[in-house]
Amino acid sequence: MSQNAITIESLEENLKVLARQRAIYSVLFIGAIIFIVVSGVGVANQYNAGSFTRGVENFFDYPADLFSDAFEAGWGWFGIVLSFIPALFETFSAAVFSTVVGASIALILCPLATINLSPNQVTVQIVRRTFDILRSFPELVFALILLYLMGKSIVPAIIAVTLHTIGAMGKLFSEAIENIDMKPVDGLKSVGARWYQIICFAVYPQVLPLVLSYSLLRLEINVRASTILGFVGAGGIGAYLTASLQWRYGDEVLAIMFLLVATITALDYFSSYVRHKLIGKISA
Amino acid sequence: MSIAVYDREVSFQEIYQSVEKKAYYQKLITLVSIGAILLYFVFSIIQFDLGSISRKWSPERASRLFLDTYAHKDHVVMNWKDTSKISVNFEGDYRYQYPSFPEWLERIGDGKDIAILTFNSGSKAIFRDDKIIFEQSKSEDRKFIFGIGDNGKPYAEAYDNDGNEKDLPNWIRVTESKVEVRPSLYERIQIYKRKVEVHRYEFGWKYFWFDFFSPLKDYSLPEALSLIFSNERIEPDKTNFELVFSEISDNEQWMHGTVLFSILETLLMAVLGTLLASLLGLPLAFLAAYNITPFKFVRFSLRRLFDMLRGIDMIIWCLIFVRSFGPGLFTGIFAIAFTDTGTLGKLMSEAIENADNKQQEGVKSTGASTILQHRFGIIPQIMPVFISQSLYYLESNTRGAVILGAMGAGGIGLQLLGAIRTGNDFENVGYMAVLIVLLVTVMDQMSAFLRRFLIGIEKN
Repeated sequence: MSQNAITIESLEENLKVLARQRAIYSVLFIGAIIFIVVSGVGVANQYNAGSFTRGVENFFDYPADLFSDAFEAGWGWFGIVLSFIPALFETFSAAVFSTVVGASIALILCPLATINLSPNQVTVQIVRRTFDILRSFPELVFALILLYLMGKSIVPAIIAVTLHTIGAMGKLFSEAIENIDMKPVDGLKSVGARWYQIICFAVYPQVLPLVLSYSLLRLEINVRASTILGFVGAGGIGAYLTASLQWRYGDEVLAIMFLLVATITALDYFSSYVRHKLIGKISA
Repeated sequence: MSIAVYDREVSFQEIYQSVEKKAYYQKLITLVSIGAILLYFVFSIIQFDLGSISRKWSPERASRLFLDTYAHKDHVVMNWKDTSKISVNFEGDYRYQYPSFPEWLERIGDGKDIAILTFNSGSKAIFRDDKIIFEQSKSEDRKFIFGIGDNGKPYAEAYDNDGNEKDLPNWIRVTESKVEVRPSLYERIQIYKRKVEVHRYEFGWKYFWFDFFSPLKDYSLPEALSLIFSNERIEPDKTNFELVFSEISDNEQWMHGTVLFSILETLLMAVLGTLLASLLGLPLAFLAAYNITPFKFVRFSLRRLFDMLRGIDMIIWCLIFVRSFGPGLFTGIFAIAFTDTGTLGKLMSEAIENADNKQQEGVKSTGASTILQHRFGIIPQIMPVFISQSLYYLESNTRGAVILGAMGAGGIGLQLLGAIRTGNDFENVGYMAVLIVLLVTVMDQMSAFLRRFLIGIEKN
């Protein structure tokens, strides 16, 4: 027998070593998590304005207040809900607009950011870094600066959300394009198609279902984002929410919350329905 | 000429026509959808009044803001009544008055000239007791005179090399009460009825490490750090090590200590929130999966709980929690934990339901108990999904925590909101924005690395 022969004993020994190693890793991992939770909660409790235990006790007070206010309003509450629909529509259409513009710009730019299609590698790096910067720069920062420069309106929110969308979608689209089937591209190249013709007829048709499904997903995110930006001064339903919160009109707050939750849930179901259809189309 | 398709003979003409027709419709659909999108753009431009951007956008404010993020300025103020006193203040703050003239401002004792200020570009402003003479270094030494006329109103005059009077350039604006001179971004002279104010900009962040009142303000960072290793104490009651670090963290203008602590708060919010969500979400997901839990009622109610947690947005949870926990970390942590328990619970219960049951059967065949079956039959299958999803949420929650901060949960978001709302600390806004981008990028890279590392181990 040679020295390297594997015997059952050596295998068992090996297994024991591995098992021990694994157990050590697990214990360390669990220990680290417990440490983070305990020390983190300690730090948080120290610097929190209110205390943790009191917070838990009061947890249901505010929702209860909201509901009792709404209950007092009676049937009028539904009128309040309806009265906020124009503001909701403003926020919603701002989100739609920034998604459409962002997705269009990202779609035009992303062939430049993919290695297998771009005319040269320098452009790839430039466009990719641009996407990275746009994506990691929080839209809140940009929106706050624009709000300061342009005054309070929904336009700064649209610009900020659009820029963020370009970054996020550009990355996803260019990754999708990197994974396409190159045969149609080669086919078009062989008949002497120009670069833009290759992009239009061999690349876009392949990624279109993915583009649509990502855009729907993004729309949902952008509705939340424009609500938040409204909250810091960009108008729309977020602005009404700030006002109602400050005046402590519980019925109005609840009405706006209801509208937001309903919109986001409806969008969620709609987009997952459409995405399943579209992705079914891709795999078929 | 004909081609055989299946068992039927189809003429080339027929195929050609059908392809043409299909291509025509496809072209039509593309054009119509592009047209619809363009129409929508037009509608939106009208609806949001996007044409107003150019009206609302004030380039002056924007350039001042941009300048403020990377440059600092010194204000030189002289009162016409008492021209012997010239005050030089850092950023125009009354507390930051220089005790003596800096090197770019030279006092001249004799005659009517009082002082000469040299700008970075080499241009000079000569302070006299009745006027300011501004000499531009570029463009053939043009000379300008600003002052207060006999009627008590400020005036401006321009001369060329030979002393002939010329028209005023467009960067000088004369109004009833004020002359505003802005030859370049880095130079600004304002003449008022009572005083003259000169702003001199310089590139860079001044007093970044040590503030105006610090005993170390004339030291650069490497010099200060090398002080740590010298025995001579600058302040007798503190070691140099303590002194350097306390001066940096207590920097009045940049507030390094506060800002870094807020960054940590934001990070803690994201980490703890995600951790709580995954610790709660995984067991609940097991209870909500049909191949684990036989009770339909439990599954149904858990599913609806997930829907509720997920459907109520993070911002709304934040608003509710801010009432009970007050502004602070718990608000952010719980807002993140609640939303993501819903999302992770839903995702994981679906992953558990999709798990291959052959492994579980294999474990069952050895006579293992139900718990052991789940431990060795299902958990290894869903672990990679669980880890990668949790890390993905950690990454996006870092961004979310910044926003939650601005909505009342504290941390760097709140600091940033404060700095922007005051409207004149744009160097701080720039500094915090850089730190936020750094934080987000580091978390991105770290989660990508951890994902590769941990899932790599799982695969082995």
